[in-house]
Amino acid sequence: MILPKMILKNAFRRKVRTLLTILATAVAILAFGLLRTVITTWYGAAETTAADRLVTRNSVSLIFPLPLSYYEKIRHVEGVREVTYGSWFGGFYISEKNFFANFAMEPESYLNLYREFLIPEDQKQDFLRDRRGALVGVGLMERFGWDLGDTVTLKGTIYPGDWPLVIRAVYRGRTPNVDETQFVFHWEYLNETLKDTAPARANEVGFYILGIRDPSRAAEVAREVDAMFENSPAETLTETEKAFVMGFISMSEAIITVIQAVSLVIIVIILAVVANTMAMTTRERTGEYAVLKTLGFSGFQITVLIMGEALVITCLGALLGILLTYPAAYGFKEALKQFFPLFNVDPMTVVLDLGVAVLVGAAAAVIPARQAVSIRIAEGLRRMG
Amino acid sequence: MALPISYSLRSLWTRRLTAFLTASGMALVVFVFAAVLMLAEGLRMTLVQTGSNDNVVILRKGATSEVDSSIEREKASVVETLPGIAAGREGRPLLAKETVVLITLPKVGGGSSNVTVRGIGEDSLALRPQVKVVQGRMPRPGMPEMIVGQSLMRRFEGLSLGGTLSDNLEGWRIVGVMDAGNTAFSSEIWADADQVMQEFNRPVYSIVIFRLADARSFGSVKQLVENDPRLTLQAKNEVRFYLEQSEMMAKFLTILGVTLTVIFSLGAVIGAMITMYSAVANRTSEIGTLRALGFQRRAILLSFLAESLILGFAGGCLGLFFASFMQLITISTVNFQTFSELAFRFALTPGIFLKSMAFALVMSLAGGVLPAFRASRMNIVESLRTS
Repeated sequence: MILPKMILKNAFRRKVRTLLTILATAVAILAFGLLRTVITTWYGAAETTAADRLVTRNSVSLIFPLPLSYYEKIRHVEGVREVTYGSWFGGFYISEKNFFANFAMEPESYLNLYREFLIPEDQKQDFLRDRRGALVGVGLMERFGWDLGDTVTLKGTIYPGDWPLVIRAVYRGRTPNVDETQFVFHWEYLNETLKDTAPARANEVGFYILGIRDPSRAAEVAREVDAMFENSPAETLTETEKAFVMGFISMSEAIITVIQAVSLVIIVIILAVVANTMAMTTRERTGEYAVLKTLGFSGFQITVLIMGEALVITCLGALLGILLTYPAAYGFKEALKQFFPLFNVDPMTVVLDLGVAVLVGAAAAVIPARQAVSIRIAEGLRRMG
Repeated sequence: MALPISYSLRSLWTRRLTAFLTASGMALVVFVFAAVLMLAEGLRMTLVQTGSNDNVVILRKGATSEVDSSIEREKASVVETLPGIAAGREGRPLLAKETVVLITLPKVGGGSSNVTVRGIGEDSLALRPQVKVVQGRMPRPGMPEMIVGQSLMRRFEGLSLGGTLSDNLEGWRIVGVMDAGNTAFSSEIWADADQVMQEFNRPVYSIVIFRLADARSFGSVKQLVENDPRLTLQAKNEVRFYLEQSEMMAKFLTILGVTLTVIFSLGAVIGAMITMYSAVANRTSEIGTLRALGFQRRAILLSFLAESLILGFAGGCLGLFFASFMQLITISTVNFQTFSELAFRFALTPGIFLKSMAFALVMSLAGGVLPAFRASRMNIVESLRTS
């Protein structure tokens, strides 16, 4: 087989140009990969949800609470296995800039429902026993340099005041896509304090989370729960955990659309650079193609030659770009910790990177290849001069 | 003697396909660069225009957004008696006590989002001169009526003058449409404060807002409010208040924008370099001839740099041309901090225009420098031999 050898020889004949083109492709693939990762991270939250969990909240909007008295009623709905409840606390540590997710939850039922949190048994017991105890993700522990047993004071935004809490347990995710930067403490602690400071706000919860026996009956259970509280002062809206999370995500859809549009622009940019290189290369080699044709090479073989060269360049660029994506994603994660607790490069992104490289390589070679194939031998030879 | 500009122009024209591809690559980079800046600027402008510099917003201590905040009626009355508040109707202080809640509404084309419902006082409109009633009228005190921001009318399902909301606020009628330009108020619903408090069972105000008779007295008013142990409230300049609310979003857009721009510009510089290197390589004998005719190294260098700059200029113009159309697009998204819907536009300012153009020229210069040096250092005899 002489063609592969020729393709490689040709590709590196103009070393500077080829290296520059590879570099440009690598840079573009890097940008494309980072943007894809932003998008997959955004949607990633929806993937950690479980099909057997429903979320019940106030139907007006999330800022309105539900009475605690719904707990018993929801628990007795047919098909409901376990119910937990809690509130978004929305506090911050020292400064507002240190944003992280923090909730006040009923701890025992919460841990029963969220099996994806791995907690050493003794720590779990400590956390359940201490009413001022907190369960903290390992990522958050590292971010603030906390240790087990430390007292951490959250400043409330929704619930005013200082809230001293003791870190009693640290969790890790069962899978890499579990958010390890959450902060959970006892709902009872919040409620008891509110009874003293703001009695009107006590005995109210932000949301209920329902574990159901049969995920295929999710819609029926949801309907049944909502029907129970229809025409009451606090009507409910129950949906699957996934729909609940997707609701958040879809609110920021416009930004995702912008990012997707930019990803497309990147592909066009690489296409312009690679097509430019291929156009220059084939123009210089018109005479050579005429010689090859004289020697009996078919139009198909010449197309393979040119397309192969473009593909060698784009694929090498893509490999380099993919290698660079990992350290870049790490840097990005460090800079944007507060938005993206997780920022992992999805395997699908790598596949897409390669797909783009192949597509761009092939597309960039189309016009130059057609020109090289259609040129008449005599004319091509004359151009050699 | 310098080479004429027309030489550079013609050289580009003889290799139009390559020149065009390089310029369009650069145009795309400039486009993205400008678009990201325009987005961040649009967000900033929306929030700055939403506030007025002589307005003061009073929130509960510790609250970071209007929805988090709560102010009991008694405390609100204390605020009313503060000195330094501008006089409004009949000599009463120009002040409004407002209750702000969020409701979920279905969006056009699926999904739903959180919309701010602002329970207003009689002076709320006077405190926001940006807000104009464009259709119908303002809601009457004591009536379950509301006026809806124009940008909501377009983006949310089933809103019409004289109509009601589909799921929320049963029995409330839309009696007017307000236009508040590019401000956050265009994405809000306004109704009578007492009606809102009753409907949502929320017996407290969220904020108190007033105008200062003299904007310079803000410091002393702030001290007065924040040092009063009865109040546990905080005072904020309205412009600052809205800017702080978008800090996270602005930071996100900026980091994303800077990362993209750095990466993209590398790509574009490389693209320009490829083109200019090949321009030099293809014209070796031509350069030799020019040198033989007596043009100096410096003239050759400048001529190639000029050629590269022309490419950059063309790319910059093309990129900005397309970017200027982005001004027609409105982005609406939920602000991470306030959790409520906010619409803003891509805004092209002269500053962004100049920055993008400078960016294009710097990129092309960076790409052209090395090839131009190579051209200027060619040996006359050898370059004439390679023909």
